Amino acid sequence: MKSFKTFSGIAAPLIRVNIDTDAIIPSREIKTVSKKGLSVGLFAEWRYLSLESKKENPDFILNQEPFKKASILVTGNNFGCGSSREHAVWALSEWGIRAIIAPSYGSIFYSNCIKNGILPIVMDERVISSMSVYIKENPEENRLTVNLIKNKVSYSNEIVETFVIQKQDKEFLINGLDQIEQTLQKNSIISEFEKLHKKTNPWLNASWKSTV
Amino acid sequence: MGSTLFEKIWDQHSICDLGDGNELIYIDRIFLHERTGSIALKSLEERKVSIRNPNQVFATIDHIVDTFPGRGDKTLVPSGSDFIQSLRASVKGSKIHFFDIDDPNQGIVHVVSPEQGIALPGITYICPDSHTCSLGALGTLAWGVGSTECEHALATNTLIKKKPKLMKITLDGILPLGVTSKDIILHLISQHGADGAKGHAIEFMGSVIEDLEIESRLTLCNMAVEFGATTGIIAPDNKTISYLEGKAFSPDENDFNKARDYWSELKTDQDAIFDKTINIDCSNITPYVTWGTNPQQAIPISHSIPFVDQIKNENEKEAMIRALEYMGLEQGQSINDQKIDAAFIGSCTNSRISDLRSAAKILKDKKVANNITAICVPGSSQVKKQAEEEGLDKIFKSAGFEWRESGCSMCFFAGGESFGQNQRVISTTNRNFENRQGKSTRTHLASPMTVAASAIAGKISDAKSIGIEQ
Ligand code: SF4
Repeated sequence: MKSFKTFSGIAAPLIRVNIDTDAIIPSREIKTVSKKGLSVGLFAEWRYLSLESKKENPDFILNQEPFKKASILVTGNNFGCGSSREHAVWALSEWGIRAIIAPSYGSIFYSNCIKNGILPIVMDERVISSMSVYIKENPEENRLTVNLIKNKVSYSNEIVETFVIQKQDKEFLINGLDQIEQTLQKNSIISEFEKLHKKTNPWLNASWKSTV
Repeated sequence: MGSTLFEKIWDQHSICDLGDGNELIYIDRIFLHERTGSIALKSLEERKVSIRNPNQVFATIDHIVDTFPGRGDKTLVPSGSDFIQSLRASVKGSKIHFFDIDDPNQGIVHVVSPEQGIALPGITYICPDSHTCSLGALGTLAWGVGSTECEHALATNTLIKKKPKLMKITLDGILPLGVTSKDIILHLISQHGADGAKGHAIEFMGSVIEDLEIESRLTLCNMAVEFGATTGIIAPDNKTISYLEGKAFSPDENDFNKARDYWSELKTDQDAIFDKTINIDCSNITPYVTWGTNPQQAIPISHSIPFVDQIKNENEKEAMIRALEYMGLEQGQSINDQKIDAAFIGSCTNSRISDLRSAAKILKDKKVANNITAICVPGSSQVKKQAEEEGLDKIFKSAGFEWRESGCSMCFFAGGESFGQNQRVISTTNRNFENRQGKSTRTHLASPMTVAASAIAGKISDAKSIGIEQ
């Protein structure tokens, strides 16, 4: 996974509340057992006039210049609620989104972001409002700069907003670590725990006694 | 200071502290389905990482499979059979317990799990599916994860988790006749918002919970995620224990007694502290229905859709205008008597035997209104069998309902079957999002009784208001 430190990018305002993962990628756009090839389906229902022809809807923000090149999404609260499908994050990431700014997120979506190198920034609705005015004004020039090391988003020359993120999530994003490998190194502690756990809860093993 | 039910299970599964509030949590059971499980298994195979305890892993086929009689791997969902076959290939030769399409115990993952005794009180349980929170109804610490987290759990039997905040929801009073746990949860979400429980795990308690049967509790916890919660949980009681007795994967006799002792004690201490509390008097709740495109946009059937000006938050206001436009409805309009095109009874929310029984009671000796598409999809092959033994299928069919094989079916649109553009559907499912049940399909969420009554009337109707007594 790519490591995440600091970058500047075009930000697209998509200010709607409760954008669910079905909207981020409709289920029927998930066509293969793969984490790739999903960006075509991103926001498909809004992005295209017809899903069959995939003719772009010119009114949808991500189809407009320069938002077509956006790497930051500024959006409404409860973003990514709904289905647990990680495809939503894979699609956003493949399309080029590296950070999202919203007042709140669906909880499974949030951890899916961290696991895939997308930074989900939590910010107050009022900050988001003024931020979106600014980015709409002159999107090409008015880029946002995200600095994960310092927990800051800056826009225009004067305004710097800070955000809070869990230390572990931050480290994970910065170092682009593989969690499975890290946890596998704790295998002996896990095994020890497991042995005791199954001994103190013998009923827990019951089902697999009969089926092994 | 005492601890909550959630904390007791959590602490019992905490392997070690990882700092910054994160803990390594042991996961007892993992359930997969073909839509998201296939990708997790395939990804592990590609990385050559093996599954730590395949024997603690279960898998079913529910999401993509057709529900027409005589179905097979082929499905109306474009390239859908790839998902089915990929899952089957991955579990083949492993010790994963697999419920294939033709298995008598196949069904929707969250229906099969309690039915087979796979979810048990006091255990940790995950599934790459957001409605995994349903299983909290049995006192299981269960929550939905993404595919990558699922891979982590498959490979290590653990997850790295920060303990969520805790919320207590007390449901007191007496639930009026004809009002169900579906109405309670819609009421709750409509009052507190779709993100009302963000960052929290909920424990439901109170006299109404004690009165609710296990299947109704499953419906309640099912929609905890629609309330923004990490999960929901209910302390196990005698109902839970007798429900689990004799189930295929429940502990067998000797162990069951030990388990019973443990489960009977498993509850929140009197002096435990929650971060947030909500009290609801259920005596005044009436049947609910959604009018918009989010479960929070719900009202009692007898009420009118709110006016846009009543909403203070600008973004919410905009969302409301969008929702009304999508749904083809007007502010201030009454929802009762709104004409419908279709009725759907199914999904992990409301497709268990008690749901079908309550709908059948209303449908008996009645016919659905002209030109209404009415479909019933039992939640599992076991539910279907049981319903047929009780003759419920005949009631559904003679009323004009299609009677299907079990699966998720038209709860969500994956490119296969759908209700069609601008069709108004009254549905027992859990999500009324835009395009959830089909391109431009307009979904109204309600209880099985309300759906059955509306199918007969051809318009959104409360079972009571059309003169049907339960
Ligand atoms: S029935 Fe619907 S909500 Fe439930 S698991 Fe299936 S698709 Fe998801």
